[in-house]
Amino acid sequence: MIRLEPRERVPIWLAGTAPIVAIIVTLVLCSALILWAGEPVFQSYLLLVEGALGSKFAISETLSRATPLIFTGLAAAVAFRAKFWNIGAEGQFYFGALAVTWIGTGLFSLPPVLMIPILFLAGAVAGGALLYVPVVLKTRLNVDEVVTTLLLNFVVILLVSYLIEGPWKDPMSLGWPQAAPIIEQGELPKLLERTRLHLGFVVAIVAAIAVWLLMKLTVWGYEIRAVGFNAEGASFAGISINSTVIRTALISGGLAGMAGVSEVAGLKGYLTLDLSPGFGYAGIAVAMLAQLHPLGVIASAIFLSAIFIGADSMSRSSDVSSYIADVVTAVSLLLVLLSVMLVRFRVRWS
Amino acid sequence: MADIFEILTTLGFWAATLRIVSPLIFGTLGELLCERAGVLNLGIEGIMTIGAMAGWMWVFQGGDLWTAVLFAAFVGGIFGLLHASFTVYLGVSQHVTGIGITLLAVALSSYIFRMMLPEVTTPPKIVPFQIYEVPLLHEIPFVGPVLFSQTPLTYLALLLVPVVWYLLYRTPMGLAIRMAGENPVAVEAQGIDVLMVRTAAVVAGSAMMAIGGAFLTLSAFDAFYFGMINGRGWICIALVIFASWRPGKALIAALLFAGLDALQVRAQQVGGAVIPYQFFLALPYLLTIAAMVVMSRRTAYPKALLKPFRRGDRI
Repeated sequence: MIRLEPRERVPIWLAGTAPIVAIIVTLVLCSALILWAGEPVFQSYLLLVEGALGSKFAISETLSRATPLIFTGLAAAVAFRAKFWNIGAEGQFYFGALAVTWIGTGLFSLPPVLMIPILFLAGAVAGGALLYVPVVLKTRLNVDEVVTTLLLNFVVILLVSYLIEGPWKDPMSLGWPQAAPIIEQGELPKLLERTRLHLGFVVAIVAAIAVWLLMKLTVWGYEIRAVGFNAEGASFAGISINSTVIRTALISGGLAGMAGVSEVAGLKGYLTLDLSPGFGYAGIAVAMLAQLHPLGVIASAIFLSAIFIGADSMSRSSDVSSYIADVVTAVSLLLVLLSVMLVRFRVRWS
Repeated sequence: MADIFEILTTLGFWAATLRIVSPLIFGTLGELLCERAGVLNLGIEGIMTIGAMAGWMWVFQGGDLWTAVLFAAFVGGIFGLLHASFTVYLGVSQHVTGIGITLLAVALSSYIFRMMLPEVTTPPKIVPFQIYEVPLLHEIPFVGPVLFSQTPLTYLALLLVPVVWYLLYRTPMGLAIRMAGENPVAVEAQGIDVLMVRTAAVVAGSAMMAIGGAFLTLSAFDAFYFGMINGRGWICIALVIFASWRPGKALIAALLFAGLDALQVRAQQVGGAVIPYQFFLALPYLLTIAAMVVMSRRTAYPKALLKPFRRGDRI
């Protein structure tokens, strides 16, 4: 039988290397899938790295794919820190996208310096507002937030489907279900010529730093961490659990909503139903890989995005399906959980 | 409104309700078993997906339908074992592990399906379970064509309700499972291995979820599509809460939900010109949330749900 003993002192080198070891083991395990496809493992991974980082364009693609993942990763990291299980980042993403489409397609027009901040703010408000319903149900009536946030994802996607097939449908879209494009003043400027990398990436980095400072330096951040670490203790110390959880949820939903803004106004230009290939759910893997650290989220989002971009390019020149990227995401999530556990506890066989 | 009542009197509506409820019964009972032992299994959505894929693939490769059901259950059990090793033995967060299992199972389903059928654009079909009319009983007016003219997996789903009830409330094993979810220390004091009980419940529950997924590809439809589970797993989690963790109530909750779903499809045809179809599709999710709000005062979670047990721990 196995027994787990808490380690009295966790060596720094162990805590630091654990996620890296987890990622290496993930790649070793997933090489079985490459072998199954009948391709050489080492060369395939080389192709993957080349596809993700091999040229200026590849790097720009990786960073622009990482942008929404940084936002949704932060959304999960903040909420999970307070043990508030927001699994609804996908819905909040689309709610943010709805807000930016509503305001950014001609409701009013301002110079970009004003327009762009307003769009991000609107997306954040929308994302936060959507999560406000589950968090109030949770704090007032103790309704499980996992189920409500998950189910709202489906409701929001149906709402998007209704709007872009009905009242918001772009008459110029040749029949495709999509909304009108964002006006020029609202488009996020590109960071590099002839790439898709846009201002949203910078906003995401700034958001990560802001969340890090918030968690580290402010009373709010302290309260969020305290409630997540030990709700009873926090309450005993005079912290209001409910208002802390509500605040956390508003920040979390807001971050996820900003991801929607960045994708619509920065990358795609208009709202469609395939705007997110599961960014909300992948954000959970991003957050766990970063061990809920806001700055770590940047690194883990870029890593997972590189896997996706690299797998896409690898699948074009080999028999390996690009779905391998989803498998790598899931396996790395599980192995990081495992590695964090093994850092905190020693396994004894008896 | 009169149209709605008219729908309720049709055979088609009731037969469809039983068809829709079958995967939900498997999933809800599976989740119920896990949670009764103290383990939340958010892997359900993924386990249903891989069950649907595995069952379908088994038949597509030339296997027969019943062994396909067993194979799906086996695959589901493997994922249950993975979930249990993390959450039961290592005490890792049940929420995050469950999401990880779902992501993994969905990703593997897509990858395996793509690798085995790289060229296809339209999903190939198999010959699914056919309707089996129970001799004599199917001739009863109204009840016969609804209840006794279904596919075999629907009968299995309906039979599973009393089986799970009997297991939980009338056997020593069931007592151990319920206690493991309420007061694991007391189970340990009886000399029963809590970790083993919880693992067994999660593995068996996950196998049921996978059969629920396989119902979709082997009975309801004849092909596997990406995203075909479409939130059914999450609905099952809500149904377990709505049913206060009781098998009998779970059947009623699932029937209510399925009836609503069958009704919205038919109401679309009646009111579709005025009300957008997305509203009808969203209705079951919205009403599920509303039902959870209404029931919230009465929900009594298993006391040890989400709490990892370590031998030698005291409360």
